[in-house]
Amino acid sequence: MGRKITIEPVTRVEGHGKVTIQLDPQNNVTESRLHIVEFRGFERFVQGRPYWEAPVLVQRLCGICPVSHHLAAAKALDVIVGAGPEGLTPTGEKMRRLMHFGQMFQSHALHFFHLVSPDLLFGVDGDPAIRNVIGVALMHKELAVQGVMMRKFGQEIIRATAGKKIHGTGAIPGGINKHLTIEERDEFLKGADPLNIDKMIEWSQGALDFFKDYHAKNTEWIDGFATFPSSHMSLVRKDGALDLYHGVLRAVDNDGKKILNDVDYQDYLQYVGEEVKSWSYMKFPYLKSIGKKDGWYRVGPLARLNVCDFIPTPLAQKEFEIFKAYTKGKPNGMSMHMHWARLIELLHSAEEIKALLNDPDLLKGDLVAKGTKVKEGVGLIEAPRGTLFHHYRINDDDQIEMANLIVSTTHNNEPMNRAVNWVANNVISGQAEVTEGMMNQVEVAIRAYDPCLSCATHAIGKMPLHVQLVDGEGNVLDEQYK
Amino acid sequence: MNQVLIYGFGNPGRQDDGLGPEVVRRLESEHLPGVITDSNYQLNIEDAVAVAESDAVIFVDAALHVDEPFAFCRLTPASEITFTTHAMSPESVLALCEDIYGKIPPAYILAIKGYEWEMATPMTEQAKGNLEQAYSFIRELVLKQSLQAFDENAVPSGCLNATVQ
Repeated sequence: MGRKITIEPVTRVEGHGKVTIQLDPQNNVTESRLHIVEFRGFERFVQGRPYWEAPVLVQRLCGICPVSHHLAAAKALDVIVGAGPEGLTPTGEKMRRLMHFGQMFQSHALHFFHLVSPDLLFGVDGDPAIRNVIGVALMHKELAVQGVMMRKFGQEIIRATAGKKIHGTGAIPGGINKHLTIEERDEFLKGADPLNIDKMIEWSQGALDFFKDYHAKNTEWIDGFATFPSSHMSLVRKDGALDLYHGVLRAVDNDGKKILNDVDYQDYLQYVGEEVKSWSYMKFPYLKSIGKKDGWYRVGPLARLNVCDFIPTPLAQKEFEIFKAYTKGKPNGMSMHMHWARLIELLHSAEEIKALLNDPDLLKGDLVAKGTKVKEGVGLIEAPRGTLFHHYRINDDDQIEMANLIVSTTHNNEPMNRAVNWVANNVISGQAEVTEGMMNQVEVAIRAYDPCLSCATHAIGKMPLHVQLVDGEGNVLDEQYK
Repeated sequence: MNQVLIYGFGNPGRQDDGLGPEVVRRLESEHLPGVITDSNYQLNIEDAVAVAESDAVIFVDAALHVDEPFAFCRLTPASEITFTTHAMSPESVLALCEDIYGKIPPAYILAIKGYEWEMATPMTEQAKGNLEQAYSFIRELVLKQSLQAFDENAVPSGCLNATVQ
């Protein structure tokens, strides 16, 4: 009698995920799939709404990365109001960049300290009762304090630039609606320890050192776990530098050859297609030039460091050189190295925040640029989890008549499926007993991609994860809520 | 008691999920003595800092499985296992606070019954009715500035879990 293992969350709204692993009577894996129920109702929801509402409306999508949606929508509307994508005032662009790096910083810090460090500190098969951020706080208090304070620092940057934590209004079509005050700037630059940017840079370096040390002691596992070849896609600055806010679209194959050569993302529909598969509600993006079968790619921190030529901040550049040397300059296909790349971006974000805080344009200057309105615009940003597209078209009454969003988790649909498949075949297949530690490794593989499965609707009673073990006849053998 | 932190969480763009932030919005407009407020889409690790600095904390959230119109319960720390969620429960924020700072203030949750969670506004009429009753309750309670009053009005910890099960 065959068995099916299902990992399924109960929550819904912007997306939920389910893992199914089908076993034959000998416990060999016959099929593994990650299903993510993607929420695309937003595209219908905004139809008929005035275009200028979009940067605020899109924050309804997600309680995890509302800033990324806020900025991607604003960038698309920059084009529509004739100010973008490169016509913003210096103040407008720099305030938005500060907001974006604040988001990147807090998100990457949260992911590492909250979601990844428990697996590293306690092992993927460690006691699940302590394999969480609470356990980290109990056993490694200093790390937990750093995670809390780094997240808080990033959140305060967001509050200062977006105006508030819920439904921020900072970015508007054509620019930004406020300057940074001198008091805000000085607090971020010279605030009492630990809430100042120099401490954030120091702690970012410490997190990187922690990971590199762990890697040195666990090289085989970190290098081998869920490793597979792929193409990679991200924004880069026009000179090839890492740029998380704006640039051109580039993709490289597994050998590092450019397969999308610094194209204008306004034309993304010429280059990126989305395939529908019968077993998943979420689409599978692909590069049209390569085709549906082999045109899939990764996005996110690992992809960004595989795609860019250099990092334009000194400390992160040094780390980038070590990272690139590890694979002799070739693209890195190791899923667990996503954490390494993410921490290099954490350091880069902190360096960028410091540079921006010292820029006088944040304190004065025109906030909004204007131009000749057009009917259609595309906004693209590198969100913490990867490339995020927002595309809008408006009618003669300034109402949105078409919206198309491709989020980072959708781009990583095929790579996450490959990662789950790796665990199924290399960890679970053929084992007499499927342990909690084995099941956790499925989550570890998915977690490396930091998908946005969580839910903006966290009402009491809505559990985030439901794990089910089902036999070939559909009988539930075991289940747990997580 | 010098100050109580009222922390509402939820997404106001998701119908009744905005009950928590709406309670906070109303409290902020009244500038009640001894009351500090905060709100966000979800709770997260940095909220342990504000919790540690307060004399008492009342979380306010929309709830699927409580009796109408609301429940007011005492909370105790509890760790949790997370998947890829980036949010934390009130109990896990308390546990983190206790681990890091070695203390937690008396903590409670005001769980207001909600019904619909789609990407739309406004909240449902039923939820609005529950909100009015819950707001009157919490306003009167915090004005007493008394932990004894909090405890006398709170159901013991675990009441929400018992309701869910």
